[in-house]
Amino acid sequence: MAKLTIDDLKKIKEKVHNEMSLRDGDRRVKVTVHMGTCGIASGAKEVMDTLLAEIDAAKVHDVIVTTSGCMGLCSREPLVTVEIINEPPIKYEYVNPNKIRQIFKRHVLAGEIQTPFVLAKGSEITK
Amino acid sequence: MLTLSDHILDITENSIRAGAKLIEISIDEDSENDLLTIEIKDDGHGMNPDAVQKVVDPFYTTKTVRRVGLGLPLLKDAAERSGGTFQLKSQENYGTTVKATFGLRHLDRQPLGAIINIIIILIISNSDIDFFYKHRHNDRRFEMDTREIRKEIEDIPVNHPEIIKYIRGTMEEGLREIEPEA
Repeated sequence: MAKLTIDDLKKIKEKVHNEMSLRDGDRRVKVTVHMGTCGIASGAKEVMDTLLAEIDAAKVHDVIVTTSGCMGLCSREPLVTVEIINEPPIKYEYVNPNKIRQIFKRHVLAGEIQTPFVLAKGSEITK
Repeated sequence: MLTLSDHILDITENSIRAGAKLIEISIDEDSENDLLTIEIKDDGHGMNPDAVQKVVDPFYTTKTVRRVGLGLPLLKDAAERSGGTFQLKSQENYGTTVKATFGLRHLDRQPLGAIINIIIILIISNSDIDFFYKHRHNDRRFEMDTREIRKEIEDIPVNHPEIIKYIRGTMEEGLREIEPEA
């Protein structure tokens, strides 16, 4: 493989600019992987890697991924929050690579909440 | 925490919470002196001397959702288990530097792990923060600076899938060249 250079970056920039004018980059879903010490130690990184690979494979552009810190429920980590626009956020507990694949395909893409893995509905309230 | 990359991701979380705009992560492998040094430097709001004294106490945390804070104590333990050291310097309003050394060939040193994935996760989820990654293996060096990339791509967000693919590509190439032994 040829070495990647700044010129490649310029080509990517042009390509992305052309694509951007073709579709609106609306954000439909936000997925948060909780990555405090507890989350990382219990496998949040593997969950995140799987999620990024799934998004890449599905070629969707309206899903944004972010991380957050610990929210105090360390024993139920890894935790993932799926927030579809105009719907209450859903928190999933004890997530692993297989579960996140199912959550991504069924909930993020098809809108079906995966009830067996759900911890709670709604946002956490921090004191 | 099974790998040193996990620790890096965890400690960087502290920098992000401290409002850092630039986070420098450097990994230095010195085979001659059998030394591996990991340094994470941020320009966040820093800590007062009192807090610096307490950070490695597992029962000290600034968060209110739970009573323990294990990130830094776990890193300190991992370093000392491999015959290394742990050092934290911080100045209020200027930032914090965490430095941990490890015995490079020590049996109890955790492997570096998937460092590229960690850097990608950090960039994707914190597109407003700049990351400067430096990796040295004896006389070979690799550097990746999101400030340089940002200059070239102008208005495209640094966490755009095409840009992430590019960053992953350069990192894979760069690390293949320096052949890390950690």
